[in-house]
Amino acid sequence: MSENLHSDSLVERYHHLTMRKLLVLVVSVIGVIIVVGLFSVSAYDNISLMEAYRIIWDHIMGVEYEPRTTEWWADRFIWNTVMPRIVAAIVAGASLAAAGALMQALMNNPLADPYSTGISSGACFGAIVALVLGLTITSTSGQSGMIVNAFVGAMIPVGVVILISKRMPLSPAALILVGTALSYFFSSMVTYLLVITDADTLQNAYIWQVGTLDTIVWSSIPMMVVVTAVGSAFVMLLTRQLNVLSLGDANAKTLGLDVEKFRVVCLIVMAIMTASIVCFTGTIGFLGLVAPHLVRILVGSDNKFVVPISMAVGSFILVLADYIAMTISDVPVGVVMSIIGSPIFFLLILWQKKGYGTVY
Amino acid sequence: MRSISIRSKESEQSAILLGDDPEINVDIDGLSFSYKGADSDKNVLSDISLNIHGAQLVSILGPNGVGKSTFIHCLNKILDPTGGCVRINGTNVQDVSIKDLAKVMGYVPYTSTDNFPLSVTDTVLMGRHPHSKWGSLDDDLRIVHEMLQLIGIEDLAERNFNELSAGQHQKVMLARGLAQEPRILFLDEPTSNLDVRFQLEITRMLKRLSRQKNMLVIMISHDINIAAKYSDNIIMLHGGGIYALGKPQDVITPDNIRHVYEVGADVIMDRGRPHLILIDDDDTDYDDDHEYYVVEKVAVG
Repeated sequence: MSENLHSDSLVERYHHLTMRKLLVLVVSVIGVIIVVGLFSVSAYDNISLMEAYRIIWDHIMGVEYEPRTTEWWADRFIWNTVMPRIVAAIVAGASLAAAGALMQALMNNPLADPYSTGISSGACFGAIVALVLGLTITSTSGQSGMIVNAFVGAMIPVGVVILISKRMPLSPAALILVGTALSYFFSSMVTYLLVITDADTLQNAYIWQVGTLDTIVWSSIPMMVVVTAVGSAFVMLLTRQLNVLSLGDANAKTLGLDVEKFRVVCLIVMAIMTASIVCFTGTIGFLGLVAPHLVRILVGSDNKFVVPISMAVGSFILVLADYIAMTISDVPVGVVMSIIGSPIFFLLILWQKKGYGTVY
Repeated sequence: MRSISIRSKESEQSAILLGDDPEINVDIDGLSFSYKGADSDKNVLSDISLNIHGAQLVSILGPNGVGKSTFIHCLNKILDPTGGCVRINGTNVQDVSIKDLAKVMGYVPYTSTDNFPLSVTDTVLMGRHPHSKWGSLDDDLRIVHEMLQLIGIEDLAERNFNELSAGQHQKVMLARGLAQEPRILFLDEPTSNLDVRFQLEITRMLKRLSRQKNMLVIMISHDINIAAKYSDNIIMLHGGGIYALGKPQDVITPDNIRHVYEVGADVIMDRGRPHLILIDDDDTDYDDDHEYYVVEKVAVG
């Protein structure tokens, strides 16, 4: 009897801890909502924060305003200038964070991020070939040609990694090293192309490399949303397997996980998720590496929580960074995020080393 | 009947993977393994054939690098043997999916990675992975609790895995292996980091569980005396094959120890079990000046 009581209390305690973890998720979502309001107010000065929320809500509900009233203008400004980038920031933040958490778990390596297999440099190469040489896969110039190029470029390194791992089993460390080798190759090609180009193209190319949400338009959104929704649902379904993988390959195998096959499938999903973001926004760094770590410091390493909470935290960080980037103008969001995020991350590591949390 | 024998070639049984079958019969037939690479023609294990029958505690002994872990990894499909096969109650292990195998076979490794450490509860819960389905969490947690109690580490339930000592790690991994509720449990040096009390307790418990849960427990050990004290049977590996196998008193002999480990040894019998006393053949005289070499407590203040 008393044994039963004890074991019930372990079950209860376990669920209680779960609730505490979900609190971080709720706080992040509230953070996103607050920044969305601030963003909207910055788009059209003559409205208050509450009015901004009402206008957004009305738009979603399909309410139409009398043309040329304050609300009508506010609605147009919000919906056409800031809303695409807000949605892009939320989706990209969630996607990159989920991909980062997935990659770290897959590679069993805290230094892995969505770009560890060379996705960013491949995408960069594709985009810059379009920018500098005007060569595109779709043979259309301009934005759309560049997007397709970047997407295809991003998939090349992953394709190579997967082809190799089909022929011989690669350890996570070997996968990352192959990715690093490919990264260097593409980076040197990119550097060469940038050296031979003119100043204007160079600036565009550089901003693309750092990552920006300035160029996002509504037509970019559907693909990002669909791929992120499907991809992250897939990752969520696999969180238990990811936990098992954290015990190491041999252990995971003896717990019934076909490690090699699982890793290849996940790499493909991760690559598509990342490529579908990167091709629109450029290579936004930092987030995919740091968001999952922030979350681990706060809630521990159980991927059931790390993945969804990282997505919320990733959205919050990116949308906040973009808000700051836009209000101080002309600074790419990637730069803002690293300038503000790095010290915070640094402090959190020191903070938890003092014993407030013991994830690492 | 608990037995172990050099495998006779004729046995071919109907194909069932344990299930409710109370019998456990592991048939190892001509098992060979070599690592790919420079010495690819040199087998780590060559042509090992044996039969293990019945729920029992079997210890695998042998010097470093003899292939004890490799042998176990070939049995539980972490490695694919380069020759021969392993059958459990007649079913070839290679024909069984990793997932189905995990329902029957557990493995407690020598080392564990903790790059992303979970709580002890979550780590042990992982042992339920092969069995768990939607809505089974609470039942799985109860099994986790039972195993934590069994190993005596309930107090660690909410601690993070990376905060624990090496010995505590070992106990958690053991609890995880047991939570898997396997019919065959492999352990790689399960007591290497434990103090003497727990070396005895854990090994005794493994033997008890082999009876209670009708489970075949196969463990690698470097502690010959612990193995001799509790094992039903011992497999001694040497030179890529089986050097000796059978009851502890038949395997743990001065001759075998000298040949396999290249050290001198006396064996005395203690409560019907062999007990090994190592003899150092090196008789260098270090001129033990006990007055000179001192470690002593110093009174403070």
